[in-house]
Amino acid sequence: MTGDRVAVVGACAAGLAAAEALRRHGWRGEVSLIGAEPHLPYDRPPLSKQLLSGAWGPERTRLRGPEQLAELGLDLRLGTTAVSLDARAGRLTLSDGTELECSGVIAATGLVARVLPGSAGVTGVRSLRGLDDALTLREELRTPRRRVVVIGNGVLGSEIAAVIRELGHEVALVGPARTPMEHSLGPCVGALLAQVHTAKGVVLYGGRRVEHLGTAADVVRSVHLDDGTELPADLVLTATGSTPATDWLAGTDGIDLTDGLGCDAYCAAAPNLYAAGDVARWHHPVYGRDLRVEHRMNATEQGIAAARNLLATLLPRPGPTAAEFAPVPYFWTDQYDVRVQAYGLLSPAGHLHTEVFRGDRLGAATLHGADGLATGVVAANLPPRTVRALRAVVARPVPWGKAVDDFKSALDQFETCGPHHRGGGT
Amino acid sequence: MKITVDHEKCCASGQCAMLAPDVFEQREEDGLAVVLLAEPDPGLHDAAREAAAYCPTTAILVEE
Repeated sequence: MTGDRVAVVGACAAGLAAAEALRRHGWRGEVSLIGAEPHLPYDRPPLSKQLLSGAWGPERTRLRGPEQLAELGLDLRLGTTAVSLDARAGRLTLSDGTELECSGVIAATGLVARVLPGSAGVTGVRSLRGLDDALTLREELRTPRRRVVVIGNGVLGSEIAAVIRELGHEVALVGPARTPMEHSLGPCVGALLAQVHTAKGVVLYGGRRVEHLGTAADVVRSVHLDDGTELPADLVLTATGSTPATDWLAGTDGIDLTDGLGCDAYCAAAPNLYAAGDVARWHHPVYGRDLRVEHRMNATEQGIAAARNLLATLLPRPGPTAAEFAPVPYFWTDQYDVRVQAYGLLSPAGHLHTEVFRGDRLGAATLHGADGLATGVVAANLPPRTVRALRAVVARPVPWGKAVDDFKSALDQFETCGPHHRGGGT
Repeated sequence: MKITVDHEKCCASGQCAMLAPDVFEQREEDGLAVVLLAEPDPGLHDAAREAAAYCPTTAILVEE
């Protein structure tokens, strides 16, 4: 690649973290930060939480203030997308026809929300991926007591259901998992979340799929499930997953676009082409396999790692040194007053679950593993010292037996119920 | 250097307390970040900046 410019494609958490890290690690050349949306870089997790609930206005979701952005001296190109990249020549073409000569490119284009089949052109069916989606949705929820069907009971659908319920609407949560977030967190924490959602008045339709939407004059009226259930609906929200936004790389030679942009352990997809965040699939050197992580913490960590590793090749010595990207993945979700935190690789098929009594609250912890190794842990409503101790148990994959002992001792200050075993940790 | 934490943004990830334990800790009751040293010595500045950079909710403001 050529030129005195690094282009960061994607201006949300991963892209901004990369741009900041380029500056922090000594890149004095141009940094072009290219964002598809017209908004200043903003954060996505609050969209389904504080923004949707009305607690925050849109400006609160900004990742940095205008002054902090100005200090970075960016060539900020908002409302612009990349349309193609010739990686060998270092030529990035933008939607406005501009061609940028780059010495390095960091891809941080994130995800595109999957569209529910049969919902194209139907009024009243929405998804929540960007700030504009969230603001529109919030407007529509100003009408009281709407009948809302949330399709998809993973993290986004479960969070949205909780917030909309607390706004006073009638909420049905439909999805393939038997209990909310069961596919990622396992059935025990899923059951705990199901209990809380039900107590708050969300009606759960777990283990079901949507057969079709009922419409009248192209306006949604109902959602029909595979078991014959018909749910009346004023508004349908789809949270049925996303796909990596790699269209702009389709013509780039020598890269692998199977499930995101494939990278090595240094987050490099090709010479001087790096990737970070939801779009990046990289080889995790500790787990020994490719991962693509759609969580907020990873966006920041990988943005920083990709920037540093790119600069290790661009800057003269003594610049930053390249390092393999080997994080302990982390994510959290807040639903009502339940805070769930997860570390490492979760493997819901094999786990050990313990419920914890904390005065008037129920907490829980689950150890996850497969093939004789423990690799992950989930903590629900546990105090920070315990959460840190649980994280330490799985900071690296460890033999299941040792992990079970450490897991129990991390919880030994509590009165517990369980453990409940299932499947293949051992 | 002056450090503040926005509790409306903080999600209790504890990243800051792990990266800069001399500067941040977590409240026992809810895990939210607490600033131990709002104006840390220069020797802690890098750790404080790193904690702010890695915060998953950009809840940490470092003014220099």
